[in-house]
Amino acid sequence: MSSKEKLLEVKGLKKYFPAGKGKWIKAVDDVTFDVYKGETFGLVGESGSGKSTTGRTIIRLYDATGGEVLYDGKPVHGKKSRKELLEFNRKMQMIFQDPSSSLNPRMTVMDIIAEGLDVHGLVSSKEERRARVEELLQNVGLNKEHATRFPHEFSGGQRQRIGIARALAVKPEFIICDEPISALDVSIQAQVVNLLKKLQKQFGLTYLFIAHDLSMVKYISDRIGVMHLGHMVELADSEELYNNPIHPYTKSLLSAIPLPDPNYERERKRITYDPSIHDTSEEPQFREISPRHWVRCTTKEFEEYKRELEKRK
Amino acid sequence: MSKLLEVKDLHVSFNTYSGEVQAVRGVSFDLNEGETLAIVGESGSGKSVTSAALMGLLPKPQGFIKNGQILLNGKDVAKMSEKELEKIRGKEISMVFQDPMSSLNPTMKVGNQIMEGLIKHQGMSRSEAKKKAIELLDQVGIPYPEIRVNQYPHQFSGGMRQRVVIAIALACNPKILIADEPTTALDVTIQAQILELMKEIQKNTKCSIIFITHDLGVVANVADRVAVMYAGKIVEIGTVDDIFYNPKHPYTWGLLGSMPTLDSADEELYTIPGSPPDMTNPPKGDAFAPRNQYALEIDTVMEPPMFKVSDTHYAATWLLHEYAPKVEPPESVRKRIESFAKERNGGVKL
Repeated sequence: MSSKEKLLEVKGLKKYFPAGKGKWIKAVDDVTFDVYKGETFGLVGESGSGKSTTGRTIIRLYDATGGEVLYDGKPVHGKKSRKELLEFNRKMQMIFQDPSSSLNPRMTVMDIIAEGLDVHGLVSSKEERRARVEELLQNVGLNKEHATRFPHEFSGGQRQRIGIARALAVKPEFIICDEPISALDVSIQAQVVNLLKKLQKQFGLTYLFIAHDLSMVKYISDRIGVMHLGHMVELADSEELYNNPIHPYTKSLLSAIPLPDPNYERERKRITYDPSIHDTSEEPQFREISPRHWVRCTTKEFEEYKRELEKRK
Repeated sequence: MSKLLEVKDLHVSFNTYSGEVQAVRGVSFDLNEGETLAIVGESGSGKSVTSAALMGLLPKPQGFIKNGQILLNGKDVAKMSEKELEKIRGKEISMVFQDPMSSLNPTMKVGNQIMEGLIKHQGMSRSEAKKKAIELLDQVGIPYPEIRVNQYPHQFSGGMRQRVVIAIALACNPKILIADEPTTALDVTIQAQILELMKEIQKNTKCSIIFITHDLGVVANVADRVAVMYAGKIVEIGTVDDIFYNPKHPYTWGLLGSMPTLDSADEELYTIPGSPPDMTNPPKGDAFAPRNQYALEIDTVMEPPMFKVSDTHYAATWLLHEYAPKVEPPESVRKRIESFAKERNGGVKL
């Protein structure tokens, strides 16, 4: 994996929101991670952990308070010419959580999906535009008759497919999926996840997958970062994270997932997270405790965690 | 175990501009004393409408009970007047709603909201009721209840608000607690706390719980029995072990298969194709047939009755008929059940 090409580098990213009276809410505080080409990077955490803010800052929906984001080696934030901006927007796209509020109710599906094509001048004639939209609809499992309808005529799962088609229209390399399945029913969730996986293979996409449903994230992601109160507390390959969680918060989060297995549920012991157990002698930092497994800890905790991990292996 | 509530052939419909929506089409089940019955289904399956009907909370005049009985202590809730309903709400049956922000009154102190029922149903004085409210807040695990009782809902976090809602529901010692997706709006760690709280309350008060959810993980955690609903009908009902380890209905297979297990690797998730039917015009025969890869010819003609699998386990699918071809659940579902069995024998992970 380490030989893989880095597509996105997030370095010490900070996003603070003003809270009045000179106070600041540190929604994202010093978050660092890389996303490699062709992988799915999962970002999990509870509400308020800063996972969505991280996603939105990466795609320039917010300006960063500090730190930097490099896409393909080039900084994402800061002044850009119109041409540069267009190019960036074409490479990075986003799928939103609520498909009914992220689609314009007064536009037809055709116009919604083709908006990107028009903005970037990717099609030269009406016929080409229509053909491209129909192709996209087919890619996401809808059919071409759907192009003339409006968003309200679709079910939640279908609307999410329209959102995906819109993101795909400009042939992006990187898609940020911000809780794309949270608003959908269980059986529809599986359909959308399978679709995302299929599209990834077909177009060689890279995903940043933001969600709070840990079993789905585990299923779709190659690597996972766990966020808590604006910090990234642990980052590892998804197998490693689920088998050997080290940070106490990750452990509590994993132990809280209910699984569809009554016997397992009867025996399940929940671990509660008590922030006061942390060593407060110094500011914790993000450290690599074993290859590709990072934990936010102090020097003292670093040694403890290392020993814990060795014992478990 | 004695029956506390009997629902018999319940039909609920809504009049809308586009015609009559048959949200619930012949639901029957019993609720035993002290048990938790989970009702699972997708949105639009009629699970929430069923629970609203139990409390006489259907929106009037468009929603109405078309047919059937809801017997509570031998009395039919379906035929009660608004006055009679008021007497059972809160006292016999109470409800915990999904979104704690919209089910609490933002302009009233939480203490007063808990006291309302106590004063009305139990004839307590204000000071007695306040004492009891503090006790209840303590019981649902809210720290500093003496201070919290005088605060407004916006001063509470999501999980704490849901605890307040549970305190209100518990105030008059109801025999039946209906929880309509009580943890859907909450984070996993908070969800785990609320589920633990509900189980503890059940242990202490011996109340029965009807738990409505679409999350099968939550069902496995809380339920004694499970009813799976699809298109306004119960398609399979049984103990939690029946449903998870020996499911018979293809829809239940689909639900189980569409959730990834923590160790399911790269294989594709099993999905139910298509989407639920339009209930203004429910399909003839088995409503699930168009989405069912195992559908038989008879499914499009005649609705399957409930077939008995065991004393506790029933399923409505023609596949259980003696003349039907033997069909095994899809591989991913079988594998999942096998992996459960392995864990059962080899001890539990984590």
